[in-house]
Amino acid sequence: MTTLNVNVHYVTRVEGHGNIVVDVKNGEVKECRFEVVEAPRFFEAFVRGRPYHDINHIVSRICGICSVGHSTASVRATEKAMGVELSEQAWLLRKLNFHGEILDSHVLHTYYLVAPDFFGVHSVIPLVETHREVVERALRIKKLARDLCAMISGRHTHPCALVVGGFTHTPTERELRQMRERLVAARADMDATVDLFASLPWPQFERETEYVSLRKEDEYAFIDGVIVTSDGFTYSVEDYKKVTNEYLVPFSTAKWTRHNRESYMVGALARFNNNYEQLHPRAKEAAAKFGMKPIVKNPFLNTAAQVVEMVHCLEDSIRIIDELLVRGVREEKPAPVTVRAGEGVGACEVPRGVLFHHYVYDERGLCVEANCIIPTNQNLANLNADIRALVPQILDRPQEEVRLLLEMLVRAYDPCISCATHFLRVEFV
Amino acid sequence: MSQEHVTGRKSQNGKPKVAFFDFASCEGCQLTVVDALQTHLDLLDAIEVVNWREAATLDGWDFDIAFVEGSITRPHDEERLRRIREQAKVLVALGACADTGCVNTLKNLLPPEEVRRYVYGDRAEWYETYAARPLSAVVKVDAVVPGCPIDIEEFVEVVKALLVGKRPPIPDYPVCVECKMKGNVCIFHVGGICMGPVTRAGCGAICPTYGDGCEGCRGLIPHPNENAMKDVLDEAGLSVDDIMHYFTMFNAYREVGTGKWE
Repeated sequence: MTTLNVNVHYVTRVEGHGNIVVDVKNGEVKECRFEVVEAPRFFEAFVRGRPYHDINHIVSRICGICSVGHSTASVRATEKAMGVELSEQAWLLRKLNFHGEILDSHVLHTYYLVAPDFFGVHSVIPLVETHREVVERALRIKKLARDLCAMISGRHTHPCALVVGGFTHTPTERELRQMRERLVAARADMDATVDLFASLPWPQFERETEYVSLRKEDEYAFIDGVIVTSDGFTYSVEDYKKVTNEYLVPFSTAKWTRHNRESYMVGALARFNNNYEQLHPRAKEAAAKFGMKPIVKNPFLNTAAQVVEMVHCLEDSIRIIDELLVRGVREEKPAPVTVRAGEGVGACEVPRGVLFHHYVYDERGLCVEANCIIPTNQNLANLNADIRALVPQILDRPQEEVRLLLEMLVRAYDPCISCATHFLRVEFV
Repeated sequence: MSQEHVTGRKSQNGKPKVAFFDFASCEGCQLTVVDALQTHLDLLDAIEVVNWREAATLDGWDFDIAFVEGSITRPHDEERLRRIREQAKVLVALGACADTGCVNTLKNLLPPEEVRRYVYGDRAEWYETYAARPLSAVVKVDAVVPGCPIDIEEFVEVVKALLVGKRPPIPDYPVCVECKMKGNVCIFHVGGICMGPVTRAGCGAICPTYGDGCEGCRGLIPHPNENAMKDVLDEAGLSVDDIMHYFTMFNAYREVGTGKWE
């Protein structure tokens, strides 16, 4: 009978600290879980008492990968609380900045964190010698994404100019035209990316679950919208707690969530499954190369869904720039804020799934309550359910292979454990 | 620090061995290192990376230079940091969390029990935590790369300096100098608030250049004229509370240390 003992202390090539524990004796699974052991940072507690215009700059520091996402969710919560309306130009720039981050994060995850598993190497570094053209392509896309973000808000990690009411900086038409040329030229790199990842031997594993994402009527949703689930539920973002239902488990410094089933999944695969029809035609062509059509139930293909979204974001960025250029770009200041007491929820589809920021402000514009629900937290229960379902199917394989497959499963979720331990809160009093 | 000091334990290929570690942080500074490779891929010709959990399945503990991101927030973090210190010939604080404590230390301003209860409710005792602090509160730090996040070019300059055994050149003048050199209109002249006059330069005044005032993420310059800065903020119409918000946003540890937590 099989006896397995896998104990991965600090899974590598993920953002933050997590462990995998699997203990099988005589064919019986005794223990099987993914633990989060990252140090808690208490952002929700310490933003209280601070002025509304500082909050987005502070919470951006939750995560270096999705700081545009945290900033955007944060300013949307504050804008709703204070009744601030954005200009059309600011909306287009918000979306363009967001696409830059999705592109940046997805290229990091697909090429730097996931691809080494398929090449049988410890990181992207040995690929510099053996597959230089692949690494250089990844670096080109990453630089493009980073430059796109920097053009709008100063830099990708912890954007300077993204503030309540819009932006403190406006890119010039010349910069936008140059960026458009680079995006168009990057189509060749994107085609090569799709071909590369579509050719990889993705592990075969399926499990039914509920997929949760935002949805908008007129576009593939990244900022605002309503919450939808593949089990047929719809909620306003203000009702996010009806979906998330957070609870604590002893071996994790991150909270877990559940909705209609024991767990649900958020992220690129959830967005793909729920909003496939709104993807750009070129993104749908990319999905066809992976043989993907909703509903895809293989969590390993979350990485493939990210590749599909990279194509979508590249194409939609070109469209947004065209719209900006046709309208004509004006130098704008952020919309004025009339400070008032209020409450607001900001919701965004950040690279790893739906993110909620919820604040209450007093009449001086000081934050008095804060709550944030992070995609990785929402995925933890689902990831653990996948591990429990996968382990019995692969028990007969060598221990090293089991270990690698479980690490690949964890990586497929693209967990951002730093995020997950930073914003955890029980209830508003 | 002599050249021999840095490069004494060369790997077989003659390159100094480099390791990356992290504690409580957003890991954005390590990501900025990844981004630095976009334009400086040749850095990998000059060093050998032996440990970098975020980017590689490598766990080498034989290294010369350790880059450490993050603040120390738990008693048991100290043990791991001391182990890194014992091994490293040169220990570099990578980014504001490691260098100054960054926003992690904002919690030090608030009562510890209340902070833990607010986030974890009646399960607060499940989670070990103490006052957040920079690396230098626990071990000797040989060099720093300031900022939240670090600046790519400055990081590359620090690496180059370490490789030839020089002390990295970190500016000790304020952001205003770089802002003036860029020809920016002063943020105070357009009705904004800016910590540039007392904040360490080296970022190219990126926030004022993009229209937003400096928030002090790189830490203060040596011997800042804090009273003059407070007068400037007072003249700009800020209340005493608001002035403290600006002085503590990224520099709470400098203001209060471990604060209410000890």
